[in-house]
Amino acid sequence: MHRKSLFLPRRRWCHVAPLGLSFAVPALPARAAARRGGERPRALVSIWLAGGPSQLESFDPHPGTPIGGPTAAIATRLPGALVAADYPRVADVLDRFTVVRSLVSREGDHERGSHAVRTGYRPDPNLVHPALGAIVARAVPSPGLELPAFVALGNDPFPSRGGYLGATLDPYRVTVPGRAGENMVPHVAADRQARRLGALDALSRSFAAGREATVERTLDDHTRREALTLMESEQLAAFSVADEPEAVRTAYGDSVFGRGCLVARRLVEAGVRSVDVTLAGFDTHADNFSGQNARARVLDPALAALVTDLEGRDLLDSTAVVVVGEFGRTPAINPLDGRDHWPHGFSCLLAGAGFARGQLVGATDPRGESRTPSDPIDVADFAATVLAAVGVDSAEEVTTPIGRPMKLGAGRPVGRLLREPS
Amino acid sequence: MPSHRQILRALLPAVALTTVAVVLASGARDPLPASALAPPPAVAPDGSEATVSRLDAALAERWRAAGIEPAGRADDLEVLRRAWLGLAGTIPSVEEIRRFEADGDPGRLGRWIALVLADRRSADHLARRLAHALVGDAAGQVIVFRRDRFTDWLAARLLANDPFDRTVTAMVAHGGLWTEAPEVNFVTQAMADGTLDANVLAGRVARVLLGQRIDCAQCHDHPFAPITQRQYEGLAACFGQVRVTGLGVEDDPARVLSIDLPAPADGGAAAMAPKSRKVPPRVPYGDDWQAERRTHRENLAAWLVDPRNRRFHRAVVNRAWAIVYGRGLHEPLDDLPDPPADPDPRDPLDLLAEDFREHGCDLRRLLSILARARPFHLSSRHPLRAEPDGATRLDAAWGAFPVTPLGPDVMIAALVQATSLRTIDRDSHLLTRTIRFFREVDFLRDYGPTEDANGDRQPATIPQTLVRMNGRLARELVEANPFTAPGRIAGLAADDEQRLDLAFLTVLTRHPSPEERSATRSLITAAPDRGGGMQDLFWALTNSVEFGWNH
Repeated sequence: MHRKSLFLPRRRWCHVAPLGLSFAVPALPARAAARRGGERPRALVSIWLAGGPSQLESFDPHPGTPIGGPTAAIATRLPGALVAADYPRVADVLDRFTVVRSLVSREGDHERGSHAVRTGYRPDPNLVHPALGAIVARAVPSPGLELPAFVALGNDPFPSRGGYLGATLDPYRVTVPGRAGENMVPHVAADRQARRLGALDALSRSFAAGREATVERTLDDHTRREALTLMESEQLAAFSVADEPEAVRTAYGDSVFGRGCLVARRLVEAGVRSVDVTLAGFDTHADNFSGQNARARVLDPALAALVTDLEGRDLLDSTAVVVVGEFGRTPAINPLDGRDHWPHGFSCLLAGAGFARGQLVGATDPRGESRTPSDPIDVADFAATVLAAVGVDSAEEVTTPIGRPMKLGAGRPVGRLLREPS
Repeated sequence: MPSHRQILRALLPAVALTTVAVVLASGARDPLPASALAPPPAVAPDGSEATVSRLDAALAERWRAAGIEPAGRADDLEVLRRAWLGLAGTIPSVEEIRRFEADGDPGRLGRWIALVLADRRSADHLARRLAHALVGDAAGQVIVFRRDRFTDWLAARLLANDPFDRTVTAMVAHGGLWTEAPEVNFVTQAMADGTLDANVLAGRVARVLLGQRIDCAQCHDHPFAPITQRQYEGLAACFGQVRVTGLGVEDDPARVLSIDLPAPADGGAAAMAPKSRKVPPRVPYGDDWQAERRTHRENLAAWLVDPRNRRFHRAVVNRAWAIVYGRGLHEPLDDLPDPPADPDPRDPLDLLAEDFREHGCDLRRLLSILARARPFHLSSRHPLRAEPDGATRLDAAWGAFPVTPLGPDVMIAALVQATSLRTIDRDSHLLTRTIRFFREVDFLRDYGPTEDANGDRQPATIPQTLVRMNGRLARELVEANPFTAPGRIAGLAADDEQRLDLAFLTVLTRHPSPEERSATRSLITAAPDRGGGMQDLFWALTNSVEFGWNH
């Protein structure tokens, strides 16, 4: 059985600059630094807002209207764009983004909605479509990378999947980012670990007798060697924020999610191609305004710091940053002071890599009477656009393991969201 | 909603008290009592022996045709392990292995297979396997879809050995509330945003209950098989009367499935053109079949299990084979060839399907036949496995037992059992079952799925290997303490040789060879303490390829 490894052949870094010294000092390996900005291989950082963030309490506020609730709005550096007052730092960097306020999905359930936004396809009981992160990890090579090419940070209720591209493209999951990689450290001292591994080798040899080619196909030995290589890799330092200056850590915010965004930047620097960073808790069916506000306090500094940091390190032109959840929330406020699921017009932020900068796309009805926003962008087209922004052709057709031809994207890239329309 | 950790924290005082009681009780007991060694009772002949013989003959013919000498007979303990893994989704406990070894009857395996099949663990495992195929793994619409209820309902049917055709009829045709009539969760799995997606159910029926992959006909005529888009729509329309309300699933005779039509290109005609069309129900592959049941679903269910619908029996047999052997007679499981005009008695699939049909869709009988057939008792070692082409040829002819990866649910169940001397089942102590439950949840979250929507399993990935090597659960399970096998064996076995023997038996269901003894003994002798040594030994055994794969 052939399997494409997540990890490319081991190659030690010889010229690694010290990681994470400051915003101004790019901590890139020499090989990466040889190319600048957009010339670098592209990467995707997905800031996943799990639960369905309220567009009205974030990037599409309608203060003073029947649907606006008590949320105040502030001006931003992007002309014409308002954001909720809980996002002052994002407001200050919004000119780096394109803001879409008219995403449209047909899925109002968390699991199905997550699948639709993350893959561009509606859920199919007979086929698991790969997440955009998996597609990017497969498509964009990263020579010398010893870490998984796709990493998911944070506790995601419906995590990305490699789907029909294979389990090797499932993300490596770290539920509490900021610590050394989970499951990367043996629990015993080196001498005991060596004895354990020696015994394991003997057991493998004994089992392989009379089953040589079959055991080879299990990839057990190969996979373990790769895992052990990973456990020893210097690149694992990218999972830790311990050596980041205090100022940097403070800028991202003292939160698990903030550390996740900082780790995401470090992983991208190390050559990881896709990173999901999840902030959960947006499902505010009750007490919407304080719930969304609490999330904003975590998201605002982390997102602003991430974009600023990537830009300061000359990584923004090669790194697509996508901020989105599975759907938005209803214009109507329910009796519990909450908002319910609303896939008919919600917001996302796009920055970096091939995305256009400073565009403001779509608008929702400030009175909440029309279900359809102006200039609607279907989530299938949104997904194809994300792929285009990292240089992946969503029209590429791949054959699933059962021989079914499938396009990587169900939709078509939206030219006005891209710097160089495809 | 409180997380399971918060619940656990709330239960801590009770857990602490129970722990003390368990420690006192367990300390007073021999960890490996020789009591209860009575062999399982004899199994009354039911005529299935003749089918086993015919199946063996059909496979022998395959070996002859392929020019393959089948593998030698596997050791009885190896077969016992397979039976537990395939039929019950776990490995046998040391208690059970001792009882098996004490049974000196040469025909003991048949009785033990019957014992496994009658065990609640078997019903639970088979229900999980079938539920994976029938309702998938998606969480679904929380209020109206209850996978746990559906799986428990299936397990109860399997434990009672209800005829499988009745089980299928119930889930396809019954109505009611998803909590009180759990079979209707088969239908409510297709609920999305308050509406029923009949295509989901048409796909499930076609794939799982007919062994046919016809989903592409949802959008266009099937390119290879003789099924048209209209036929597929007809199958979906069998669910067109379904209405899901707060009172449950019911059928409204006035409802008909309608399909939206694309707007015509000519703008002028658009206003006049119909926007949708109604689809008449139609049972798949049964154009001549007529029935006048009360609802379209009842019609469909009646056709599915009709003796003339051989696709149903063949699909069930192929899936059962995959559960028992780790892969199907035909792969993919849901893409079976069309049945020949008359059943072919030399084809294992037809032969078994006919037996299944003639004996009232008795699933336990089918599984028992599969586990008593000769391929199940062949070694997985074979000279042809020395090189890839030979191994492929051997596997295609079933000339040796296949080597297949354990699914994550089986892996965790086997891990928990491998680190306990006592049998872990529904009779286990509440504390044991509680700990197992939370460990399983954590492990499955970290380990992730190893099989795709079609049930195809893949080798473990690097992150999965890391979970097994360094994960918190793996560390806790192999810890040497009074509750775990490593701790109890360290303290109570007579010497290191017995410790080695018991560790291999507990984890790998076999005794170590002399070479393995010498290769692993130093783990115990070089460790700073005996407990640490046993911990290292259990770590090596549970991380071995032998443990992670059925063979």
